[in-house]
Amino acid sequence: MKRFIGFVKKEIYHILRDRRSLFILFGMPIVQILLFGFAITNEINNVKIGILDKSNDEISRQLIQKIDASPYFQIDQYLYDSNEFETTFKKGKIKAILVFEAQTAKELITKGSVKIQVLTDATEPNTANTILNYIQAIIQNFQSEINLQQTIPLQIVVESKMLYNPELKSVYLFVPGVMTIILMLVSAMMTSISIAKEKEIGTMEILLVSPLNPSQVIVGKVFPYILLSIFNAIVILLLGFFVFGMPMNGNLVLLGLESVLFILSALSLGILISTISQTQQTAMMISLMGLLLPVILLSGYIFPISSMPQPLQIMSNIVPAKWYIIILKGIMLKASGIALLWKETLILVIMTLFFLALSVKNYKIRLE
Amino acid sequence: MLPIIFVMPIIQILVLSYAATFEVKNIRIGFIDNDKSVDSRDFINRFNASSLFILTDLFQNSDQAIIAIQKGKIDVFIEIPVDFEKKMIQDEHVNLSVQIDAINGSAAGVINGYVGQIVKIFGDDIRKNISTHYVVNSNLKRFEIVPSYWYNPELDYKIFMVPGIIVILVTMISFFLSGMNIVREKEIGTLEQINVTPIKKHQFIIGKLLPFWILALFILFFAMNIGRILFHVPILGNPFLILSFASIYILVFLGMGFFISNFTDTQQQAMFIAWFFVVIFILMGGLFTPIESMPIWAQRLTEFNPVKYFIEVIRMVMLKGSDFSDVKLQFLKISIYALVMNGLAVWSYKKTN
Amino acid sequence: MNTDKSIWVKDLTKKFGDFTAVDAISFEVGKGEIFGFLGANGAGKTTAMKMLIGISKPTSGAAMVAGYDVFHQADLVKQNIGYMSQKFALYDDLTIKENARFFGGIYGLTNTEIKSKTQQLITDLGIQEVVNQNVGSLPLGWKQKLAFSVALLHEPKIVFLDEPTGGVDPITRRQFWEMIYKQAHNGTTIFVTTHYMDEAEYCDRVSIMVDGRIDALDTPAQLKKQFDAESMNEVFLKLARK
Repeated sequence: MKRFIGFVKKEIYHILRDRRSLFILFGMPIVQILLFGFAITNEINNVKIGILDKSNDEISRQLIQKIDASPYFQIDQYLYDSNEFETTFKKGKIKAILVFEAQTAKELITKGSVKIQVLTDATEPNTANTILNYIQAIIQNFQSEINLQQTIPLQIVVESKMLYNPELKSVYLFVPGVMTIILMLVSAMMTSISIAKEKEIGTMEILLVSPLNPSQVIVGKVFPYILLSIFNAIVILLLGFFVFGMPMNGNLVLLGLESVLFILSALSLGILISTISQTQQTAMMISLMGLLLPVILLSGYIFPISSMPQPLQIMSNIVPAKWYIIILKGIMLKASGIALLWKETLILVIMTLFFLALSVKNYKIRLE
Repeated sequence: MLPIIFVMPIIQILVLSYAATFEVKNIRIGFIDNDKSVDSRDFINRFNASSLFILTDLFQNSDQAIIAIQKGKIDVFIEIPVDFEKKMIQDEHVNLSVQIDAINGSAAGVINGYVGQIVKIFGDDIRKNISTHYVVNSNLKRFEIVPSYWYNPELDYKIFMVPGIIVILVTMISFFLSGMNIVREKEIGTLEQINVTPIKKHQFIIGKLLPFWILALFILFFAMNIGRILFHVPILGNPFLILSFASIYILVFLGMGFFISNFTDTQQQAMFIAWFFVVIFILMGGLFTPIESMPIWAQRLTEFNPVKYFIEVIRMVMLKGSDFSDVKLQFLKISIYALVMNGLAVWSYKKTN
Repeated sequence: MNTDKSIWVKDLTKKFGDFTAVDAISFEVGKGEIFGFLGANGAGKTTAMKMLIGISKPTSGAAMVAGYDVFHQADLVKQNIGYMSQKFALYDDLTIKENARFFGGIYGLTNTEIKSKTQQLITDLGIQEVVNQNVGSLPLGWKQKLAFSVALLHEPKIVFLDEPTGGVDPITRRQFWEMIYKQAHNGTTIFVTTHYMDEAEYCDRVSIMVDGRIDALDTPAQLKKQFDAESMNEVFLKLARK
């Protein structure tokens, strides 16, 4: 036990003395959470739009006024000819153009319906879609206003309920994701680098010659990073909770246990990486390419897995982070218990054991 | 090293273009059909026929459906009330309850929009059928909205993402490969070695960085063509406009790598700090969330983000065919950035050495 | 089996697949002896040493180190030996005291033992003024002496030194050998690999490995006589050319 404490102490010295890396380790999650919470959003506000009003009558002017009054849009420019569309979009500022053909009001009264063209810059498809939806809603509203005397018959009224996230805050999605990435980064990458470092400077050999057995050496190296990971996880959770009002609907104890499980699986991956890399450089490259990239892309952290092509969906199953993110979202937002999450938990347990077995095997081969 | 340099961009473009998508499709939908009529079946079929939805399950009651959402088996469910059609006719309107898993808020918004569109078409069709029996008030004034999607009529998300991914690729290569190369030179001491040779320091540094500069430009060109061939991403504008912008852009990151190397002792530290900034630059660069949606203070901050400028330029030139006059402001800003960054690098190098 | 020998090796063999790195070597090292273990790069001396210090399993043969069997009592072997690698491996970002405390700790020394031994070490090496400095900032020669002292902290019966003088200047090398002599005089067995032939002259006995086998083993004087050579350097060259 005393040896173990000595080991942990030494490891903590290493961590504390590398100020710059430490700063990044703690700064990264905080900055990411703050950015995701405050700055990064898909919500549409003050989109600049252009208008080509060929009729310039009461109806078109009223509608333009309605659109300008909405918080979503801001009329930036009036166009006078349809050949201006191209140059306007090319400048990149204006995202949509509304076109009123001549005599809008007259057509509406005589024929009962009139066409309004909405051109959107669809280089960004989701924004284009959202803009169109909002414009549609505004026009719909205006339509019912001018039809006030007559109700539209046979309506199907969609009553949508947004479960778990009624305000559609993006931070609800990102807190679990950032937490997963940071735990992966600290647990897997940092341990693999620090074990590779011992190999590089030759102290690993000294440790192996000492009476400590290899598993003691590994546990001693890994333990401080468990503490660091847990600390990081708590910081992220507190930030999410207090700054962004992230709910904590499920069982905290379960959340803690599942997190420890994920940390262990990440650590076992880190150990596995360290058994196959001799230098810090290699360990870092393998961690970044082999761990961080899949975690960012294939875990459902930002990009929904269900929208990906089949091969990528299948590949995503071997990414431990995917299962942890499902568990996190389940506990925090959906108040799910172990009864609903046992499958994901079991997968993580099996993965952890598999990685550990593989590292032990690799380690043995090296010793032969 | 060489195979990595060529194979990596191809793999990254392939994987990223397919994986990095906010496109909402394959939406798993469930229904609670309390009506079980011809109409309700027709209604469900509308969703089944749509390429956006996958009919996953039919539930007896909403408790079952909620559990399915909790388990993550479905994304959305709709409860069809008893006497769906009858209510429509008698009460003039019928309420339809739609519940969406909204943890991914933006996806939930899009799903809601899609559901609304299908419901609207369904309603219009029913109205047409019925109005032959019932005379509907014809005084009704209606606006018909005719949308047209420019530059990307099929709303293909890859057309949007590929140019951005190319920017990330070029950024990574110029920052990590070349910037880190200088840290490495410092670490193993060869940077000091040149003091005893007749080569001037700046000649050495230029000689060192030039290959990476050429490499990054080459990869940019290569990647643009992969995007064009594999994903049919158009190159409407002049590709040399992009290349000349990139040639300045790369200098920004070379300077930044050099600058960071002056404040770090090891490659590991340099790598961490570079990674930290790259993550922020990418998140704040408009790669997948529009900069216009950010709060004003955040938008001001993005003025200092070189990635933002390149993403703007490459998308404008490739997808819309913008020319130099459309992007001259971005050119000016990135040039200033390159000058300042390299100036800082040289200044800090002199100061610390 | 002779247990009053410090090291006793009989037909020790290590194979990697078809390649025989160490081919049935046998030798003995007595208590307090300075034993030079020589050989060209790739001759198999590092592999042989790794088997003796218990981080590599022999394919066949037998070996006793400090009275314990390397096959079955590797833990006891490890407790009784010290090891210093050619990298003078210490932690650069820890101070001298912290390094000593850590390495003493993993050999199970008590706090008071560690304290007194560290104090001893500091006075012996005359490094009072830099005890709180990170090891990374010390000159290579100091790191070398420090690594040696740290390897001796738990008073092992045998010390294995793997090319302990690489990269240091002649004066420091000289001082280092004085430290080795002093330690041997106190009864510690020294097992040292080197490729400086002048250092081979300082050893009590020397073995020379060629292609996994020990081709020569005797005192430096006897070896020179046997090979009709002026210096150990000549002995080595003659053996290598054979």
